[in-house]
Amino acid sequence: MRPALGTITLREPRTLRDALRMLRDEGPLTPLAGCTDVFVQINFGTLRATEFLDLSRLAPLRRICEEDGRLVIGALATYTDLIRSRLVRRRLPMLVAAAREVGGPQIQHRGTIGGNVVNGSPAGDALPVLSAADATLVLASAAAERRVPFTAFYTGYRASVLRPDELLVAIEVAPVEGRQWFRKVGTRAAQAISKVVMAAVRDGTPRIALGSVAPTVVRLPRTEAALAGGAAIAAAQGVLAEEIRPIDDLRSTAAYRLRVATNLLARFWADTAA
Amino acid sequence: MSVVGQSVPRVDGAAKAAGATRYLDDLVFPGMLFGRTIRATIPCGRVTGVHFDFDRTGFTVVDWRDIPGPNAILHVTDDQPCLVQSEVRHAAEPVLLLAHPDRETLWAAQVRLDEERAEPVLDPRRSPRSHKDILIERGDLAAGFAAADVVVEGEYRTGHQEHVYIEPQGIIAVPEEGGGITIHGSIQCPYYVHHALTHLLALPADKVRVVAAELGGGFGGKEDYPSVIAAHAALLAFKARRPVKLVYERAEDMWATTKRHPSIVRHRTGVTKDGRLVAMEIEILLDGGAYVTLSPVVLSRCCLHATGGYRCPNVRIAGRAAFTNSGPNGAFRGFGAPQAQFALEAHMDRVAEALEMDPARLRLRNVLRPGDTMPTGQRMGDDCSAGTVLRQAVRRSGWTRKRRAWQGTDRGIGLALFCHGGGFTGSGEERLASRCTLETTATGVRVLVAATEMGQGSWTVLAQVVADALGVPLEQVAVAVPDTAVVPNSGPTVASRTSMVVGRILERGAKDLKERLGGLAPAEHFRRHGPVSVTTRYEAPPGLSWDEEHYRGDAYATFAWACDVAEVRLDPDTYEARASKLTLVQEFGRPLNPVLALGQIEGGTAQGIGWALTEEVVMREGAMANAQLTNYCIPTTLDTPPMETVVVENPFPHGAFGAKGLGELPMDGPAPAIVNALRHLGLDLREVPATPERVMDAVDRRARPTAGR
Repeated sequence: MRPALGTITLREPRTLRDALRMLRDEGPLTPLAGCTDVFVQINFGTLRATEFLDLSRLAPLRRICEEDGRLVIGALATYTDLIRSRLVRRRLPMLVAAAREVGGPQIQHRGTIGGNVVNGSPAGDALPVLSAADATLVLASAAAERRVPFTAFYTGYRASVLRPDELLVAIEVAPVEGRQWFRKVGTRAAQAISKVVMAAVRDGTPRIALGSVAPTVVRLPRTEAALAGGAAIAAAQGVLAEEIRPIDDLRSTAAYRLRVATNLLARFWADTAA
Repeated sequence: MSVVGQSVPRVDGAAKAAGATRYLDDLVFPGMLFGRTIRATIPCGRVTGVHFDFDRTGFTVVDWRDIPGPNAILHVTDDQPCLVQSEVRHAAEPVLLLAHPDRETLWAAQVRLDEERAEPVLDPRRSPRSHKDILIERGDLAAGFAAADVVVEGEYRTGHQEHVYIEPQGIIAVPEEGGGITIHGSIQCPYYVHHALTHLLALPADKVRVVAAELGGGFGGKEDYPSVIAAHAALLAFKARRPVKLVYERAEDMWATTKRHPSIVRHRTGVTKDGRLVAMEIEILLDGGAYVTLSPVVLSRCCLHATGGYRCPNVRIAGRAAFTNSGPNGAFRGFGAPQAQFALEAHMDRVAEALEMDPARLRLRNVLRPGDTMPTGQRMGDDCSAGTVLRQAVRRSGWTRKRRAWQGTDRGIGLALFCHGGGFTGSGEERLASRCTLETTATGVRVLVAATEMGQGSWTVLAQVVADALGVPLEQVAVAVPDTAVVPNSGPTVASRTSMVVGRILERGAKDLKERLGGLAPAEHFRRHGPVSVTTRYEAPPGLSWDEEHYRGDAYATFAWACDVAEVRLDPDTYEARASKLTLVQEFGRPLNPVLALGQIEGGTAQGIGWALTEEVVMREGAMANAQLTNYCIPTTLDTPPMETVVVENPFPHGAFGAKGLGELPMDGPAPAIVNALRHLGLDLREVPATPERVMDAVDRRARPTAGR
């Protein structure tokens, strides 16, 4: 049953400064960007917020650029922006691969990477990429700006260190050495929510992240260490199987997720072998 | 120039492409209220109290006491209440109705029900009650098994399926002066709604008018359920004395409305070493859900398709549609035939495996030919194309080569031979006694039928039939909006009957009208003599007989025949089986409009692929737990492989211009063909959807051949 929206309030700041001031003085506010998750929540009756902050006028937050050797992606960059960006294609191709598998073209035009991060679904397709890339999140408030490693951002299911007076404004990615790899497994070939999603980087120390197998996107430090230490892939798969505890839900089973995750690990390793 | 057999553009196409077509939710009436349904959440038990936690000013509230007639949605029988009095038999069962001028206020209203949960029956195998039992027997089963060299047994299952018509269910009820009611709705069968409402509202026939808006898809889902929504909207409209619009949100539609019947079918088959079927024992169990709805009729069609396109002298088919405390299951494209033929065709590949015989060869050995009989005794005539479609499919798909070459790879190829009876079962068409009217107008001729346009192209095809039979250009033929105040009862828009049966009545009527016009064009005749109308009644093809009590005789006037060949690829990492190509050889008499026919074949096949691979209704406490399009996954274009369609013509003399029924046929084949292609990969799957989770288990069983069964 679709709930009543009741009275909702939308604030429309024209600058980041104004947005941060509103968050500080008039909060708590729910920031809106592409609204692709918000509308789903409205239809499912799970949206409780009534006070919104529309970020769509903050054009500078959509920029994708290089700064001091880092790739800087504005939080409002859409998946289409990521797919079209030469910079992202060159520096972070696994993010382009992930963006191409988010929803369909309409969702890719509207949805933003910042929304994907802040919405915090464990199935968010871009999240394993940011995790494996050791991205840094730039969080701004009216008072200050701080940088948080992506891998330290989430504290639980849809919970993070982001404070109510803060906005995610940008994502920074230092140069990624080694071969990048991405694979999404959904119920159908497109327009599907991930049952398992993996991003990985093959370097001296491999970096491996998984979505949809835990309350948050996860890195696999023990599996990474095993592979870095020269373990055979079968042994690394064994470590991975000990390292995650997926669950049964409407979309899949724990057994399937576990097995496919170990299969993807082997596929990543074979695909990225010199 | 003849238009039958030509791919003329659909008459409703331009308006739909331009977005000008007005669907139910586009319609607005002065003073209209919005309706909402309050539903039980328990699968079984009682409602003991109702609490309105809101200000009821401005609201119209209806409960079972507001029903003027019997509290029953009359269809096959009258066991389903319109509104819960106290007993609840399934989750989402309607209890109360609200209406208000403002949708937001309506949604915000909080109603709490006190519910006492009782232990539900959710497993049809444990159900104490049948909605219907059917037994079909032929020959001597024991003698048949005695003559068999090999006996193969197996159990096959299919899940629920949700229709996912793009337009959710919706009705507007408008109270009329003088105590009548007009219903506008997304309705496949206007006269079914008319029938149910006259009973519920205790109104004479002429006080109930039902108008079918253009439908955004139906697939059977708008065959029986619209009677429930129409009843609800009508009760609210009567009480409020204002028009009421009741349109379901997607989640409510998926949670509360009917689905395809899940099935458990057991086969025990005796076969000789050289592959002759000598005994077939088949037990069919359908989960009917909490009320009878259409389950007896679905079970009937299921049993009558249980031996598909094969001859066998000794047969026993025992069918049961069982009561459970889950939402009532109802009509869905195929109507029991897909379940029966999934089990049969998956089983035939296991029989072939047991005989170490090529599955196509086993089928060729047993395929029905003219002169053979089905288990009911129905004799096959020249309209039987089972062997033709099978041989063509084998040839066109490169079956023999691929079957050999793909051994031990990640690719598999499988086929399914299947049939679909056109029109109502048994003497159903005679009971319906459908009537169609043609009348002259200032611009030509108007077709008056209750057949609805739900995307399948019925208005275009019926206009083509009338144009050719009358010998006038297509532009002179108009099709009236199905409105029970205007059109005669030409029967429901179901059972693949519109082109074949309704079309045939119109073809005959047009010939009569042509004689009446004496060589004048219809418009010219209208100018000179005023309107002329001809009403024509159904006539059964000669020589048909049906014994409903013993299930003997001609179950259908004719069958359409098809063979699908599926090629699949298995992803070794994710266990996803993806169809990579389908070859579809289909004989349905004669295509009246080839492009529209192709649309039915490709669309029905895509729906079959969804049922086979991705569409899993997750049931909890007898209700759909994944009632969202994000978690119930119908195939996208990327999930739908290239299809090579071969149309075999074998005109049926008693269908319009040779047509047989087509709408449902394509739904019957993809699931068994795909599962058989997986069997070619060594994967033993006996259930659809063959989700990657189930395929993974089959891969494990393949790796440990001695484990399990």
